[in-house]
Amino acid sequence: MRTSVRVRDLTVTFAENAVLRELDLDIAPGEFVALLGRSGSGKTTLLRVLAGLQAATSGAIAVPSPSAVVFQEPRLLPWKHVVDNVAIGMHGDGVRERATAALREVGLEHRLDAWPSTLSGGEAQRAGLARALVRDPQFLLLDEPFASVDALTRLRMHDLVIDLWRLHGPSVLLVTHDVDEALLLADRIVLLEAGRIAADIPIALARPRESTNPHFGELRHRILDLLGVPQASSGPIAIPAGVPV
Amino acid sequence: MLFVLLWQLGSSSGIIPAAKLAAPTAILSAFWTLAVTGALWSDLIVSVGRVAAGFTIGITLGVTLALVVGLSRPGDFVLDPLLQMFRTLPYLGMTPLLILWFGIGEAPKIALVAFASVFPVYMTLLGGIRAIDPKLIETARVFGLGRWETIREVILPGSLAPALVGVRYALGAAWLSLVVGEQINADRGIGYMIMDARDFLRTDIIVVGLLLYAILGLSTDAIVRQIEARALAWRPKTLGANT
Repeated sequence: MRTSVRVRDLTVTFAENAVLRELDLDIAPGEFVALLGRSGSGKTTLLRVLAGLQAATSGAIAVPSPSAVVFQEPRLLPWKHVVDNVAIGMHGDGVRERATAALREVGLEHRLDAWPSTLSGGEAQRAGLARALVRDPQFLLLDEPFASVDALTRLRMHDLVIDLWRLHGPSVLLVTHDVDEALLLADRIVLLEAGRIAADIPIALARPRESTNPHFGELRHRILDLLGVPQASSGPIAIPAGVPV
Repeated sequence: MLFVLLWQLGSSSGIIPAAKLAAPTAILSAFWTLAVTGALWSDLIVSVGRVAAGFTIGITLGVTLALVVGLSRPGDFVLDPLLQMFRTLPYLGMTPLLILWFGIGEAPKIALVAFASVFPVYMTLLGGIRAIDPKLIETARVFGLGRWETIREVILPGSLAPALVGVRYALGAAWLSLVVGEQINADRGIGYMIMDARDFLRTDIIVVGLLLYAILGLSTDAIVRQIEARALAWRPKTLGANT
């Protein structure tokens, strides 16, 4: 049975400083949600709480299991071959075969026994994606996974993530500060501001999506307005990243 | 080569008296005699055995202590200051004390070697553990690694490079302490061979002993370097990284 992500009344406080305040959030099974917000809005903290990396100060969360994370940096163990990095923490028969299959899905079957230091940024990030997928997660957490790859690779990664999401059907929470990325990928955009949900916007655009679509432009306008970004051009605009969240 | 040639010339012409320093040819023939009679091998085996025993104890202790101190707060608070204190002890000066504690058999020699090899391993491994990217440890947790698995898969491999440098230092210190240990009250081993030769003014045998120490030190270092090359093959190649 597939369960959903439920967050109720979640508060996280760091040294008297509330990063998340009485936050409620639901993600349906198989739903792709993008969490958008500027630096310091608490979006990474929310992801870390859902990933079990950060304790909640108060409130209740329920997360389907298994869940898996793709981090902003690939975070591969440099002393393990790519395939062993993907299989990390997994036991039993056929682990290597499963890891190999996951790497094939992300197009890295030719790099199984490479050292992580020899991978390009995009390859390393795809290996990180394979490491998450091999666990067959019901809930996939993506922490700005495309922020550190070049623009072309990012576009290919977007397609890859959508393909894999459609194939495996996990619930997805994508943390990003890139409005276009959120619009291209998500069923729903949740806007976080100062630890609270400022807006919850369903994105009903048909896939595959194009940023040239007029509805796309409209939505982008609306979201950037909500984020308080002054707009002139229609090019891709990212919220400037400053202080780490 | 030139140096050995000059040395040989000096010895043959009598400028270097054999009682001070034997000629290279005399050293070679002494080496040959000792090797053929077997005296050399039995002493060699005894010395290698002492280093092996002491070094094993030292490394085991060093790794255990570094893990305890590096991975637990109480260990850090209680053990580290204590170990730092011990580390500053001039351990070679402790020989008389070790003799009183362990007698004059194998134990004080092995203890001296162990003492010498603990701290280089402890210091470098601890430094390596503290330098591990906490994000990797967090990642291990996310992907379901338990405490022991994290130590085996992340912490130890991640601190192996500095720890192996420590092992090389430890080996140097181990052989040095063995030299000291064997000069006091040994009835077997290379050190004994040297001390025995001194009593008979056999400078050729003394030099053979010294050379043996040097060869053993170099070969054990070469073994560790081989291990380094294999175990650290994952490291990106840097300019001139051959050692």
